[in-house]
Amino acid sequence: MTGTLDRPRTAAPELPTPRGPLSGAVVAALRGDPVPAVDTADADPYGDDLQLALHCCYELHYRGFAGVDDDREWDPAVLGLRRQLEQVFLAALRADVEPGDDVAAEVESLLVEPVGPGVRGVSHHLQRDGTLGQLREYVAHRSIYHLKEADPQAWVIPRLSGPAKAGLVTVEHDEYGSGRPERMHSTLFAEMMVEIGLSDAYGAYVEQAPGATLAEVNLMTLCGLHRGLRGASVGQFAMVELTSSPGSERLVKAMRRLGCGPAAIRFYDEHVEADAVHEQVVRRSVLDPLLAAEPELAADVVFGIRASSLLAERMGEHLLGCWERGTTSLRTTPTGSAG
Amino acid sequence: MVERRLARPEPTRIVLTEEGPALVSGPVELELPDGSRVRSDRAVTAVCHCRRSKRYPICDASHRRKVRQEGREA
Repeated sequence: MTGTLDRPRTAAPELPTPRGPLSGAVVAALRGDPVPAVDTADADPYGDDLQLALHCCYELHYRGFAGVDDDREWDPAVLGLRRQLEQVFLAALRADVEPGDDVAAEVESLLVEPVGPGVRGVSHHLQRDGTLGQLREYVAHRSIYHLKEADPQAWVIPRLSGPAKAGLVTVEHDEYGSGRPERMHSTLFAEMMVEIGLSDAYGAYVEQAPGATLAEVNLMTLCGLHRGLRGASVGQFAMVELTSSPGSERLVKAMRRLGCGPAAIRFYDEHVEADAVHEQVVRRSVLDPLLAAEPELAADVVFGIRASSLLAERMGEHLLGCWERGTTSLRTTPTGSAG
Repeated sequence: MVERRLARPEPTRIVLTEEGPALVSGPVELELPDGSRVRSDRAVTAVCHCRRSKRYPICDASHRRKVRQEGREA
């Protein structure tokens, strides 16, 4: 017998509250209500409304929503809206990201670690003097991705072949706990959330997540669901795997300094070692064979790396900017959060 | 009756990287000079060769080139 009213972790989340005409139209479509015509001409490609709208379209391919028919995933009205939103988002990224096709140079630049007091970054701030409240906020933002960690990149597997596919699956297999569900990274993340007083229910922080947070995850799904963006998907995957080990080490230090428990520390602790290996596998067993087989994908790999870097920087700036102003980086205070 | 020979096992593949760790396939157990043992169950384990890892003998990417940024925040 349990005394908890918490939703089980597997329950589909509720549909979020719309943030404007675009997310309003998508939510209406998902409810089966008449869908108003949408105009994306003036939409902010990285803004709250468009990113939440896209998030809702994409979630149909993952866990769905409570009360929304699973068949909406392939409803032409929803897919039509999704296409409009994707075109705005992708056009903005193509315009804001400098093109390039030198993958080796791009990877080299990611492997240089800036150190010292002048480095500006969320993990640097949390390690130095972030508060427990800020750490909780950071984890709430990251939960949009980490509670489905590795899922957006799994879409690219059937779009690859040969050694690059085998290499990517090696990393994905590790993300999914190498056959041990208790070691799945999404499970370790959920345990961390509970230990620092957050809800681990899937989608619990979507309402509080600003466009900057949703955009990072939407890019992953966008690239995963389009065969034409498979190079960008691998680039995005490489960016995360190549850069997360040192950042994870800083978050381990932040959690130790703030007195967090072992389940909280374990998630980032695991990523220090895991991503040090993944970096090597991604370079040698994914990027090298992919570009040997399909050299024309080089520009898209660079695009994936730079687009995900751009969105990561925007999200980081949002968090640090809010904290410098003494305000929360979430749209409202998360359940269970306290300074 | 003729006893069947056991198939010769695949050799262990160890990839030595230029800048950092040695990559070893399959679960491994590493024994340190003091006799202590470190076990890794990963499909691939990165074993530190540069001795800079704070998690020696497991690589933690400490071999990366570092660029110092002073003072003023950008």
